[in-house]
Amino acid sequence: MDHILVAKNVTKTYGDYTALSNISLQIPENCIYGLLGPNGAGKTSFIRIINQITHQDSGEILLNGEPLAPKHIASIGYLPEERGLYKSMKVGEQALYLAQLKGLSKSEAKTRLKYWFNRLDIGDWWDKKIQELSKGMAQKIQFIVTVLHEPKLLIFDEPFSGFDPINANIIKDEILQLKENGTSIIFSTHRMESVEELCEYIALIHKSEKILDGKLSDIKKAYKNNIFDVAVQMEQDVEAFMKSLEQKFNILSSDVDIIEKQLNFKVQLPSSNTGDILRELSKVANINKFEETIPSANDIFIQTVNSKDNGK
Amino acid sequence: MANKLGLIIKREYLAKVRNRSFIVMTILSPLLMVGMIVLIAYLAKVNDDETRVVTVLNESSFFQNDFNPSKNISYVHLDDLSLEQAKDSTTALEYYGLLYIPNEPTVEQVAKAAYLYTKDNPNTSVTQELENVFHTQLRQDRLQKLGVTSEQFSSVEERFEINLSTFDGERSMRGINEIKAIIGGGFGYAIMMFIIIYGGFVMRSVIEEKTSRIIEVIISSVKPFQLMLGKIIGNSLAGITQFSIWIVSASALLFVAVMILGIDLSAFSADGAVQAGPMGGVSQLGGMDSEMMMYAKEIYDIPWGLLIVSFFIYFILGYLIYSSIYAAIGAAVDNETDTQQFIFPIILPLMLAIYVGFFSVFSNPHGPIAVGFSLFPLTSPIVMLMRLPGGIGEGGVPLWQFLLSVFILIFTFWGIVSLAAKIYRTGILMYGKKPTYKELIKWLRY
Repeated sequence: MDHILVAKNVTKTYGDYTALSNISLQIPENCIYGLLGPNGAGKTSFIRIINQITHQDSGEILLNGEPLAPKHIASIGYLPEERGLYKSMKVGEQALYLAQLKGLSKSEAKTRLKYWFNRLDIGDWWDKKIQELSKGMAQKIQFIVTVLHEPKLLIFDEPFSGFDPINANIIKDEILQLKENGTSIIFSTHRMESVEELCEYIALIHKSEKILDGKLSDIKKAYKNNIFDVAVQMEQDVEAFMKSLEQKFNILSSDVDIIEKQLNFKVQLPSSNTGDILRELSKVANINKFEETIPSANDIFIQTVNSKDNGK
Repeated sequence: MANKLGLIIKREYLAKVRNRSFIVMTILSPLLMVGMIVLIAYLAKVNDDETRVVTVLNESSFFQNDFNPSKNISYVHLDDLSLEQAKDSTTALEYYGLLYIPNEPTVEQVAKAAYLYTKDNPNTSVTQELENVFHTQLRQDRLQKLGVTSEQFSSVEERFEINLSTFDGERSMRGINEIKAIIGGGFGYAIMMFIIIYGGFVMRSVIEEKTSRIIEVIISSVKPFQLMLGKIIGNSLAGITQFSIWIVSASALLFVAVMILGIDLSAFSADGAVQAGPMGGVSQLGGMDSEMMMYAKEIYDIPWGLLIVSFFIYFILGYLIYSSIYAAIGAAVDNETDTQQFIFPIILPLMLAIYVGFFSVFSNPHGPIAVGFSLFPLTSPIVMLMRLPGGIGEGGVPLWQFLLSVFILIFTFWGIVSLAAKIYRTGILMYGKKPTYKELIKWLRY
């Protein structure tokens, strides 16, 4: 698989403070890559290095196989977490300026801006000043400016902050569309619900170190502990059956409904082999539900960060 | 790369000149300036016209013809009144004061017993003028006792002025040093004002980018140094635009004001350098006599070409040094109120340069203090310009001093701009920290 961006042993310090310590990452082409971590973990430092705003103290970063160089600025689009626009400048003028700074010609920038303004339904804002717009409106313009020069690599740092749910959805769809069109996307956030929806790959950075990375589905597989969510219904004595189950299996929690003769429980099996318990259950009961519990990105996030902290 | 710098300069320039307060200031300032000049000229004229009336009650045989009306004082002689009556009538007529000269046998005793009665503390120009009259009379009296006749006395009193010449034979002029220094000082002062006003523009523009949080968007496209440079150049171009408009419109307005109101602007030059000349103020001269011609020649002889070229050299270097410091300050803080502690140390050398210039360079343009400050890079743009109207070479600034000062300035420029760029680069991405000097030094190492 081709990688759009490869980081090898990247380290960055500010005086005594270590922002990034020996980070290595491979970001595959044409995917959405989640860069996760608590506040202050080093995500923004890493992103700033990719954007050549700051430089690593040691280590190497390759973009499309080449060491990062000033010419790559035009092939990266960056939506920073701390973002804003010139308040007293007109929307269209400002968008043109920022697009030209990314290397687009004025006429080209104008054509593309018209397209995007129509696409996001904000065509009539061209001559408004930023200070006349709401925060969410300004965010839309920022999104357009970020993607306008059609970069190969897009970096979004907390892209949904400042958007209402409807507009956040519009932007989410645009991000997915960009990925469909072949763009590689780095998505930095500490909000896990959007990670589940968008990211194929993730890396978890905590206290300047990478503690986890890979394909999200693989990570989830690695983190599942053979816990199953079960619901059964039977004619017999529910409580007695529950007791017999508890002797044979590691029941984590249970909920017994005597009147309806229904039993809900969570069980952890020693392996992924489900034959024993299914046989046991099917002898006496109807199995309404038998589902493996897959940990959410949020669970994994909290679990790894905590175990890392406790381990120290 | 150069293309991006051009874009930044253009944006900064347009953002500045379209700013409403900038436009208002551009239009309003010449009006205010000319208004103030006209007002001062008017007040000076009114002030000149005020003549104080002093009544004189002279009971002695002396000073009979010595109190003659002057510009400041006119005299009313009172006869055959008692002192009390004289006091009453002076007050009743609302005159400025009463000079009482009692009858005594000698001038010395008369002078000792004389009194000036006034309502409040008397004006010094009045007392001085009166004292002068006594003083002259006393001198004459004392010399007569030594056997000097009044003819001899008046010949002794004839004023003397030394003839002046430069070594190459041209006649020197009184006050020409001051004229030169004032011309140089004018250039120096312009540089200082420019730095303070437009350096502040740069700083505010940096702060605006920080507070509006656009900075990170921009520097993902351009280098921080490019942005800083573009900002400095763009703002100074806006400044030059404004300055030019001011000069043109202020001169035009002033011309119109002078034509309409007929204000004698020589009132301004009269208390300046020219009065130091042998013939008094220029305005008092009827036509262009030989002295005037010589002044004209001296002013014409000032090396204007050199002055203007070096003005641009010192202006550009000086402005770049200071405005990059301003940019670094803007980057280090979150809002304008935090800038005070950093701004004072910048303004200090500028103020120092102006004061040193006016006190030291005027009296001794090539003395050690003038030389020292015209080499020190933070003051040289102002102080050297005050020295340069004397030319370079013999009689003026030695060539090596000029070259050394430019060299030091270029070297400092390079040093300060790279230090400022480092602080700028780090500062623009720092939020919510009120930086200390210690912090800034740390940033230099990042």
